Amino acid sequence: MALRQCAIYGKGGIGKSTTTQNLVAALAEAGKKVMIVGCDPKADSTRLILHAKAQNTIMHLAAEAGSVEDLELEDVLKVGYGDIKCVESGGPEPGVGCAGRGVITAINFLEEEGAYEEDLDFVFYDVLGDVVCGGFAMPIRENKAQEIYIVVSGEMMAMYAANNIAKGIVKYANSGSVRLAGLICNSRNTAREDELIMELAAKLGSHMIHFIPRDNEVQRAEIRRMTVIEYNPKAKQADEYRSLANKIINNKNLVIPTPITMDELEEIMMSFGILEEEDESIVGKTAAELAAEAAAA
Amino acid sequence: MQVAEDIKPSYPLFRDDQYKDMLKAKAEQFEAKVPQDKIEETFQWTTTVEYKELNFKREALTVNPAKACQPLGAVLCALGFHKTLPYVHGSQGCVAYFRTYFNRHFKEPISCVSDSMTEDAAVFGGQKNMYDGLPNAKALYKPDMIAVSTTCMAEVIGDDLNAFIGNTRKEGHIEKDFPLPYAHTPSFVGSHVTGWDNMFEGIIRYFTLNHMEGKAVGSNGKINIVPGFETYLGNFRVIKRMLTEMGVPFSMLSDPTEVLDTPADGTFRMYAGGTTMDEVKDAPNAKTTFLLQPMQLEKTKKFVEGTWNHDVAKLNIPMGLEWTDEWLMKVSEVTGQPIPESLAKERGRLVDMMTDSHTWLHGKKFALYGDPDFVMGMTKFLMELGAEPLHILCNNGSKKWAKAMQKVLDASPYGVNSKVYPGYDLWHMRSLVFTDKPDFLIGNSYGKFIQRDTLHKGKEFEVPLIRLGFPIFDRHHLHRMTTMGYEGAMYMLTTLVNSVLERLDEETRGMGTTDYNYDLVR
Repeated sequence: MALRQCAIYGKGGIGKSTTTQNLVAALAEAGKKVMIVGCDPKADSTRLILHAKAQNTIMHLAAEAGSVEDLELEDVLKVGYGDIKCVESGGPEPGVGCAGRGVITAINFLEEEGAYEEDLDFVFYDVLGDVVCGGFAMPIRENKAQEIYIVVSGEMMAMYAANNIAKGIVKYANSGSVRLAGLICNSRNTAREDELIMELAAKLGSHMIHFIPRDNEVQRAEIRRMTVIEYNPKAKQADEYRSLANKIINNKNLVIPTPITMDELEEIMMSFGILEEEDESIVGKTAAELAAEAAAA
Repeated sequence: MQVAEDIKPSYPLFRDDQYKDMLKAKAEQFEAKVPQDKIEETFQWTTTVEYKELNFKREALTVNPAKACQPLGAVLCALGFHKTLPYVHGSQGCVAYFRTYFNRHFKEPISCVSDSMTEDAAVFGGQKNMYDGLPNAKALYKPDMIAVSTTCMAEVIGDDLNAFIGNTRKEGHIEKDFPLPYAHTPSFVGSHVTGWDNMFEGIIRYFTLNHMEGKAVGSNGKINIVPGFETYLGNFRVIKRMLTEMGVPFSMLSDPTEVLDTPADGTFRMYAGGTTMDEVKDAPNAKTTFLLQPMQLEKTKKFVEGTWNHDVAKLNIPMGLEWTDEWLMKVSEVTGQPIPESLAKERGRLVDMMTDSHTWLHGKKFALYGDPDFVMGMTKFLMELGAEPLHILCNNGSKKWAKAMQKVLDASPYGVNSKVYPGYDLWHMRSLVFTDKPDFLIGNSYGKFIQRDTLHKGKEFEVPLIRLGFPIFDRHHLHRMTTMGYEGAMYMLTTLVNSVLERLDEETRGMGTTDYNYDLVR
């Protein structure tokens, strides 16, 4: 089959890296040849596959060697569980430099060194937080990832971020072939979470590809630096990731998203009771003023 | 003081007592100048072996680089195409630099625009600059093609040219079919030669990648010539002449000889000559493609082999005797056209010249620097002349280049004492010529400061500069000369041997002391 390149986006802390690695482990288990490209200076996109604290990153090694031209592919590409190929782009310490450029440099390096020319079925880019600058959009440039999955939960900020990411995708989708391929709901056990995300997905013109329930088995695996698939293949949660993997293998639902306005987003959240109707009459009033009003009434 | 009737430039004006006093007072009162003996002591220290060793331990600093940045190369590449405007997506100052750099070398106006990214563009991305810039540039300067490259600023914020250009068309700012080839040319990666390669690949990709249907290798009966970053206009001309003499039809892909050498006849030519779009579109139909500077055309090679299916011959830059022979023989082999008597005769003349000058050049030691292919060709030719290339430095040379260089050196007894320095700068070169003195230094204009420094140490330490390379800012018209082919070898030989003789005259001009060797006949 032809190489499929997918990028995983979503709000910081939503569980992108954990979901990606479990998903990729499930794909590998199903016999697919996969590469993960971590696009986050934290470099935690491959630790569950490699059982490592943090993989040596391209940018870190390039800084040591003097320039990225002095690196060889085998210096940066490690192989872990299920023959999954792992690469981390890496980047600067917080507060300095430019992490986005690190992603560009790393992906260019992989292309030039022929990392994509090997026998691969899937490449997954695990991308930091929001699409905050051009560098973090590198994975969705032309001829790179064409399928974008957004990890989301039923929390307000996660949904807000998902809508923002959809906006970013539109910019590239109009001139190229990148498409939104679905929302992955990583459950936070909020009320009617599945319905809410399905509603959001429908508004964005897409679908919720899978609902991953919350399960402490993930954490138990994680403290052992393993995926659930590897740690406890019989666990119910492992089947959830297998199911997600299967849906992605067969996914044909690729769309140019239709991001919604802030008002529309708030409307959905209000209809699900996440957000309360705002009382415009109290805006800008101090406690003293409100007390005076109450006394007068 | 300056007098209106007799205006003097800084030299000799500053030799007047008035100016001497003024400069001295300025130094004393405002410059907090270190005492002269301390400066002298430090200067002497920088000429020692001890300093050289420290200098070569430098890690995080480049002093006096012998290379320029990618978009400079991209601009030169674009200038070689018919009615093509080089457009740099990025800041204005960068483009001012490219223009002045070429102005100073070619003594010609250079047409090139930027879309003036400023602080807001750095925050919001430069897409809007392209929405305005592309249609403006097209309306004002009426090009048939705009070739887009980038500066560091656009690259750091991750502007995506493919998406931006696509959106510019989609939003109706510029026609859907107006040719807009592009290349990402981050200045902090590679050098000007990389930028040339990237821009060229961008142009041939634009015109041929999705139009390969119906193309057949050899069907147009021509060969393609890809010059790479080439600033000797004579090199374009000599290649064309040799091919014409052989009766070989060809396409010179990127040919700036007209626009960089326009006549002063009262007409300003923003565009002149250059490779046409039709020639580019037809290029996959050629028998094969010759890369004149193969060490710096890796991306182009990949595309030409992979997409055009051309069997690109493994050749060296056609400089000097043997590599010109090889080049011509390969052209003859590919095209079936014999090498004509005129070229055989030209070769014979070169060999004659080489033997005539041999006594003067044999054993002379040269330090040299420049772009990868030029330095390699120069080294090869020096050894053909019996000269010894001593320090061979290439700031933008890769490890792969260094390996190839070593192979060239190993094949000749004149290369036994040679050492190759890839990735080193001119401050390293300064240490090298102070601690292991060559007879001459070959390179661009920037080498003149090394000559000054060596002379300051004493006449016997002076390493005279021979200007061969790019850029040459302080001598006129040398960019019109030729370094490729037999003709180029003749020019280089003439330059080299006369520099040797000039130097010898200078050293033997002492009346009654050294003039026993101040000969009329050399």
